[in-house]
Amino acid sequence: MKVSVVRNILEANERIAEQNKALFQEHHLLVINLMSSPGAGKTSLLEKTIDALKKDLRIGVIEGDIQSTSDAERIARKGVPAVQINTGGACHLDGNMIRETFPEFDFSGLDLLVVENVGNLVCPAEFKVGEDFKVMILSVAEGDDKPSKYPLMFHESKVLLINKIDLLPYVECSVEKIIKDSLNINPELTIFQVSCKTGEGLGAWYRWLRERVKEKSQALKNESQG
Amino acid sequence: MHEMSIAQSLITILQEEMAKHRATALRSVRLSIGEMSAIVPESLSFCFEIIVQGTPLEGAKLLMDRIPLKGYCPDCERPFDIKDFIFVCPTCGSTTIETIEGQELSIVEMEVE
Repeated sequence: MKVSVVRNILEANERIAEQNKALFQEHHLLVINLMSSPGAGKTSLLEKTIDALKKDLRIGVIEGDIQSTSDAERIARKGVPAVQINTGGACHLDGNMIRETFPEFDFSGLDLLVVENVGNLVCPAEFKVGEDFKVMILSVAEGDDKPSKYPLMFHESKVLLINKIDLLPYVECSVEKIIKDSLNINPELTIFQVSCKTGEGLGAWYRWLRERVKEKSQALKNESQG
Repeated sequence: MHEMSIAQSLITILQEEMAKHRATALRSVRLSIGEMSAIVPESLSFCFEIIVQGTPLEGAKLLMDRIPLKGYCPDCERPFDIKDFIFVCPTCGSTTIETIEGQELSIVEMEVE
């Protein structure tokens, strides 16, 4: 007997992600899902961003790694609440893993929550965790062929940070090609060229992110008044 | 390698559907897999076969249709094939297009006993 079953395979995760998102909305919290390959600079970007924004914004971090607590320790040294998830082998975070960290946070005391995903250019793009949007980092040392090799990641992200531009004199990588190919995949993509080592270009990213946090809390205030 | 978690989610849904239809065995299941989803069909089959061992789903065939990317341009009011992951209307060059096919990761039908 043939039975028609029209169901999204990831529906269970998407349901949980929606519930997470609703909870974040209640607390007027902007949530970003930060993704990249291992070593592209997710934790370094976070450390810099926390240093720059922590006097104005209350920031929390969820760190996803297969093993180790070193990233959460690095973030905790910055004086912000950080919770480590060890996936024990899984190559991405999903909605349920994020939900399990909730008892560790006081969301009413936060403006911005950053979920640092497991370093991987494929799987994290497929799983929502309840974020407002995805942000990806590509370092120039990885090469300029990454948009065409991993299109889903570029398609799903709202922001691309091209990191380690201080290395450009030493690597074979055309930033122009990265920009052109990523905009073909995602014409709405916002792109920043930065170096977490020298600080170049980071100011524009901080301003952009601060604006998004403000926009989110404003939109929710208007909603509750209207 | 996220095919293991995808296989797990797939099996949960299939078990629910089999219970709903009082099925005792699964013969096959047909999936739509969009060109844009980062799934390796061989890995998914491999993970599926491992998890269903010793269950009423054992031996079921996993049939996967790859769905190519298709866009729709609201300005030209017509659909087009998205080639080489270029999300731009080939007629007018507009970038505000809708992706109408090619992002699926869904079950279409199953054959049960």
